[in-house]
Amino acid sequence: MTSSAGTPRALLSVNGLRKLYPVGRKLLGRFGRTQPAMLHAVDGVSFAIERGETIGLVGESGCGKSTLARLIARLIDPTAGMIWFDGADISTMPARKFARSEWRADIQMVFQEATDSINPRFTAARAIADPLIRLRDLRAAALRVRVEEVARLTGLPAELLVRFPHQLSGGQKARVGIARAIAVEPRLLILDEPTSALDVSVQTVILKLLHELKQRLALSYLFVSHDLNVVRLLCDRVLVMYLGRIIESGPAVQLFAAPAHPYTQALLSALPNPGARRTRIALAGEPRSPIDPDPHICRLYGRCPRATDLCRKVAPLLQQIAAGRLVACHHPVDEMAAAGP
Amino acid sequence: MAWPPPDSRMAPLLAVEDLLVEFHTRSGTVRALDGVSFDLRHGEMMALVGESGSGKSVTAYAILGILDTAARISGRVVFDGRELLSAGEKAMGAVRGSKLAIIFQNPRTALNPIRPIGKQIADVLARHGNVTAAQAQRLGVEMLAKVRIPDPKRRAAAYPFELSGGMCQRVMIAMALACEPALLIADEPTTGLDITTQAAIMGLIAELVASRNMAMLLITHDLALAAQYCNRIAVMHAGHLVELAPTRLLFATPRHPYTANLIAAAPGEGAGLDRLSAIPGTIPDLRRGDLPACRYSERCERVTPDCRTGPLLRLDTADGRRVACRHPL
Ligand SMILES: Nc1ncnc2c1ncn2[C@@H]1O[C@H](COP(=O)(O)OP(=O)(O)OP(=O)(O)O)[C@@H](O)[C@H]1O
Ligand SMILES: Nc1ncnc2c1ncn2[C@@H]1O[C@H](COP(=O)(O)OP(=O)(O)OP(=O)(O)O)[C@@H](O)[C@H]1O
Ligand code: SF4
Ligand SMILES: [Mg+2]
Ligand SMILES: [Mg+2]
Repeated sequence: MTSSAGTPRALLSVNGLRKLYPVGRKLLGRFGRTQPAMLHAVDGVSFAIERGETIGLVGESGCGKSTLARLIARLIDPTAGMIWFDGADISTMPARKFARSEWRADIQMVFQEATDSINPRFTAARAIADPLIRLRDLRAAALRVRVEEVARLTGLPAELLVRFPHQLSGGQKARVGIARAIAVEPRLLILDEPTSALDVSVQTVILKLLHELKQRLALSYLFVSHDLNVVRLLCDRVLVMYLGRIIESGPAVQLFAAPAHPYTQALLSALPNPGARRTRIALAGEPRSPIDPDPHICRLYGRCPRATDLCRKVAPLLQQIAAGRLVACHHPVDEMAAAGP
Repeated sequence: MAWPPPDSRMAPLLAVEDLLVEFHTRSGTVRALDGVSFDLRHGEMMALVGESGSGKSVTAYAILGILDTAARISGRVVFDGRELLSAGEKAMGAVRGSKLAIIFQNPRTALNPIRPIGKQIADVLARHGNVTAAQAQRLGVEMLAKVRIPDPKRRAAAYPFELSGGMCQRVMIAMALACEPALLIADEPTTGLDITTQAAIMGLIAELVASRNMAMLLITHDLALAAQYCNRIAVMHAGHLVELAPTRLLFATPRHPYTANLIAAAPGEGAGLDRLSAIPGTIPDLRRGDLPACRYSERCERVTPDCRTGPLLRLDTADGRRVACRHPL
């Protein structure tokens, strides 16, 4: 077993996880059979989340972050691969059944698009109460107390609880989504862009709340975000995704200080960072198609400033370059060395 | 009649005057906007910033005439020489999506769920330009490439549910730009996008603003983004426009206490979680019958009794700024 699968005691561990979607018209396959073109949304992902650990998941828009999040939250079924939660294999149970299983309360998700995830006929209070009723069997006064408590914790003014989604602003709806996910006190909380609709003030409230819950309840988080500053503040470890694959992972501090993959380096170079000697690296060229990608070509090939002939003949595998650090690249950047002593 | 009227070059493209919006709800009247005034010139990029719930989206919806039916609106919205609030739904429909386009904050719900995205963009193009169906289809694919959808030719056949959040946002942007509007209202257009894609998309919009003399109202809670792309910034708080100023001046010398706090709250580089601070207090309950004249007064360190009792003073200064405060910095 590779180190990416984590320790045996990991809260969550996934191995070789894939999600492919058939798209468009059928193409003629070998032997005259027809086979649909496949979009590789998540393509062979392995990693683990320890108890009380916060993992950041970053990457370009469309690279597969939400799909990975939904697979782990067991809202959709994987095409292949394993998901273990607390030692149990949860990857084979159909998503429909999972919704009624004992695990549902343990793994909760905050959705990227709050508008789509809240029932338009539910008031904010009813939306937050829903998982408490279904999964924690809370009723009457106890229910009301808990709903008001989580609303307060997430900075959602009490007077908004009687409103319907269309009567709330974007950031207000986002807080309803967060409140209802934390209400049942899950063991793993998956947050898909939870702060992107929030202003800095509310964002601060939420980040401090997440930090506090982690301290108090040893909650684990998978935190999907394009806000690298927030990831740096909150996460212990970071996974970088590119076109369906994890291309780099490592402790947040190290990864931010010295990104090893050319894509990570380009991504971080866009961050204003007065301390570093970094200049902005723009990736030129077109991104490769996620539809039937050539398994022998590195997915960054065509945009990568470090590419050689090897990169279009052999796709690089995720390999360890230092303790706890994995990179999928034939020519990783050694920034520590490049920057000199 | 000559249209546009001869003097419209001089007049602002959009003038919002004393806009008031109230929503009647089961639990009382929400005073979402009060006394909002600003204008926008041809080719200008202006930002509307402020906390969540401050009234940014409601302002956009009021301009476009797409508010909830429970809304009561008063004031004036003059766009391209025509008053929109009194224009009928038919006239508004013609303006919307041709001269006036919006990128919604929740893009997926704004797209047609049962039509491929390439067709949706082509529909817009066909409606606006004199292009054949085939040309529209091809231009649509080009638009998808411009907003950096990989493999645009094949992805044009995708339905909205087959796209990621950020991809929906970019399709929405492509559709809004396809109709070559005179004014684009962009409500948090890049919130779902990583920084690299965000830079590419904002660059594309800025390019079109310059080449077509398009105006843009950028709604965002990201002050850095507003500063980077806009020449003026309007700051909203609890339904009031509290300050309006050229970008440089706003950051150099904020005059409204709220603006100063907003700028100070922006996360600095390398600051730890414990160093982040929220602006004290929250937006007041907008249903209250006893809302103070200045809706920031309960959070303000400079408050005096007359800030509450009012009336709210709006001060226009010589350097082209406006501040709604009795004791500006
Ligand atoms: N139901 C589906 N059918 C077909 N393709 C899909 C489906 N869901 C997602 N995809 C595709 O999978 C890829 C990954 O999408 P995903 O939503 O996971 O991206 P993401 O990393 O979350 O992006 P963003 O940052 O924009 O939210 C995209 O190319 C998307 O179009
Ligand atoms: N249909 C409605 N009925 C009642 N109240 C409403 C309605 N629509 C909006 N509001 C309220 O009006 C205020 C302004 O909302 P708006 O959507 O403009 O906020 P915003 O500035 O866009 O915030 P965000 O950054 O969170 O999107 C909010 O307090 C909101 O709850
Ligand atoms: S393997 Fe080659 S193409 Fe891929 S990221 Fe590394 S250097 Fe670039
Ligand atoms: Mg996503
Ligand atoms: Mg809004």
